This record gives sequence, structure tokens and C-alpha cells, in this order.
Amino acid sequence: MKLHVDLVSAEGQIYSGSATMVVVAAEEGDVGIAPRHAPLLTRMRPGQVRIQQEGEEELQFFVSGGILEVQPHLVTVMADTAERAADIDEAAAEKAKQRAEENLAQADDRVDVSRAQAELAEAAARLTMVKKLRAGR
Amino acid sequence: MAGGKEVKSKIKSVENTQKITKAMEMVAASKMRKAQERVEASRPYAQKIRRTIGHLAQANPDFKHPFMVEREAKRVGMIIVSTDRGLCGGLNINLFRKVLAELREWDKKNVPVEIVVVGRKAASFFRRIKDIKAEVTDLGDRPHLEDLIGTIKVMLDDYREGNIDRLFLMGNEFVNTMTQRPDIQQLLPVPEDEDEELPDHWDYIYEPEPPELLESILVRYVEAQVYQGVVENVACEMAARMVAMKSASDNAGDIIDDLQLEYNKQRQAAITQELSEIVAGAAAVS
Repeated sequence: MKLHVDLVSAEGQIYSGSATMVVVAAEEGDVGIAPRHAPLLTRMRPGQVRIQQEGEEELQFFVSGGILEVQPHLVTVMADTAERAADIDEAAAEKAKQRAEENLAQADDRVDVSRAQAELAEAAARLTMVKKLRAGR
Repeated sequence: MAGGKEVKSKIKSVENTQKITKAMEMVAASKMRKAQERVEASRPYAQKIRRTIGHLAQANPDFKHPFMVEREAKRVGMIIVSTDRGLCGGLNINLFRKVLAELREWDKKNVPVEIVVVGRKAASFFRRIKDIKAEVTDLGDRPHLEDLIGTIKVMLDDYREGNIDRLFLMGNEFVNTMTQRPDIQQLLPVPEDEDEELPDHWDYIYEPEPPELLESILVRYVEAQVYQGVVENVACEMAARMVAMKSASDNAGDIIDDLQLEYNKQRQAAITQELSEIVAGAAAVS
């Protein structure tokens, strides 16, 4: 019993292969998906996607949001943007978070504020993830 | 040798043209390669989201999103994707011909058609015969989804309000470097795709609630398809331009050959004439 996982972003295919378990940051909380999961359709929030494989090291990706579709043996992660966790630069992530905070402080109308909040959420999620990854090593 | 000089300057001018067409051919060739890579890169996302939508069409939800419900076509909408620039052979004209045929078909059925256009060529062509609801031009070689969203939204809003009952995407399909085919794709309502067999009577767990979730997925689906169409059209444009410029360069070469022959003939005639004049003059003296 294995899952087939497709991780795509608008810029291309990131990962396609089998997994024993997939953990995704869904909009209403993290979900872990094992084979024979009930069909699920949900949005994702900025955060990490972890793909666990049998006998191999876990793969970690960062996605900035998107859509997750689960069929009993098929998981499709359609990310707005996705990058390998190892490729994230901690300094750049920190800087992006600061910039997002500044934008939020300066934003005046409602659209600006909500956009700045979304950016900040993404930057914060990315930073948390990269920190966790570094600490684990 | 006045004639010879004229021919010589003509050769020069054709050579200059040939240099330009050759340069354009090479530029188009390298841009085409990059455009093809972008088509390849954006394809997985478009395919996956189409697959998800296909699954969704087979689910048995209590809620049906209007984008997935077939209704009688009283008015239809079209998104026409063209290039910004010319000099790409018959690419745009072939597409427009197909669009015009399609427009006539709907006209016969007394169904009004609303159009929005992408690219300057379609904008200037269709402005003469119809009202254009929205247009987006100057996308460049690397189109961005953000630039398309506004135009797409115009059509989606129309569909939601019932102003249009069908939405089509017209653009060129990249078959290979030599062949680009005008292509029509139905975007809305989402066409059912019955490739995969799924068990009956199942439904997704939706998070958040279906109306909100389906809305965002279907909008993203349409955007992904249109983006894919636009990127593909760029690849078509570059391929068509490359081929057109190659044949222009070849033609220029042929013309140069002909002119060169003409020049040589004239030179020969001039020499012969000069010689015969000298011989005749010498004969007259002796």
C-alpha cells in the first residue's frame, strides 16, 4: 500500500513518486496523509510539505499556499510556489520577514493590510521551517 | 555601364535585408527554445489541476458550483490569444480565420459573442468588427499570470452573472517547429473528462466549505489554462517567426543569385559592345 505523490508548482513539476506518508500544512491545520485516506480537497497555507518514503530520508519542501487533493492512493499538491527546504536561505528568509513586517506597518488601506499580512505569514512560515531544519542538523 | 551599377546597388540592398532576416531568424530560434521550456514547465500544473477538476466532476457533492453546471448557450464568451508583433507568417491570420468561422457559426444560431483579446494583433484585428470587452497587450516573451488575471476576471464575472453561458479559449497549439495549429478549448462550464473510473457515490471532505473552496480552485483552473495557452502561443510565435524569417532569407538569397546573374550578363554585354566598337574603329582607320 503506497501513495503516489505529485508535487507541482506553477513553474514546474517538483516531485513525483511514491511515499508512505505525506504531511501538509492545510488551511485548517496540518494533515498527515497515509494510504487509503478519505478523499479530501482543501487549500493550503504557507508552510511545509513533508514526504516520507520507505527506507529513505524524508523530503521537505516549502510551499506558499495552494490546493491539496487527496484520493485514496493519490496525493496531488498544487502549490503556488514551492521550493526544496534545503534551498531556502536563512538570511534571505529573515530579510523577507523584516520587509513584510515593514510593509505591514506602512500599509494604510484594507487591501494593502491583507496583502501585507499574507506576505508576512508566508515569510514567517518559511523562516520557522528553515530554523527547524537547521536545528535538526 | 549605368545598368550594371543599378543592379549592383540592388544586390547590396537585398543583402542588407537578408542580414536582418537572418538575425531575426536566429533570435527567434533561441527565444523559441526558452519559450518551449516554459511551456513544458507550466504543463504539469495545468494537467494536475485538470485531473483534480475531472475527479471533482465525478464526485457527488450537495453543492454544484455554477462553473461546472451546463446551461443553455444564450451568449458565449471567447478569449482570443494572439501575438503582439507581426512577421510571424500566417500564425495570427490562420487563427483569426478560425475564430471568424466560429463567430459565424454562433451568429447563425443567433447567439451573441463577447470577446476579450490577448495580444496587440488580435486587438487591432477584432476592434474593426466587434466590441472588445477587455484587452491585454505587451506581455513580452515571458508572460506573467498576474498580467492576465484582470482580463480573465472580466469573463469569469460575466459568466457568474449569467451574461455568458460558455467560455472558450482560442489560441495556437504548438505541434512542432514547422506546424502550429489554431485550437479551440472550452473553459467553462468545465468539460467532463471521463478517462478515469472512480467508484460511485463518494465525495470529498471539503475544507473550507465547498462554495468557497470550489470557487478558488475553479478560478485557479481557468487561470492556469489561459496562462498555458498564452505561453504556448509565445512558443508558436517564435517558431512561426523563425520559419518565416528562414524562408525570407532563402528568398533573398535567390534574388541575389538572379541579380548577380543579371549583373554579369550586363557586364559581359558592355564588354562585348566596347570590344566591337574598338574593332570597328580599328577597321575604319586601316
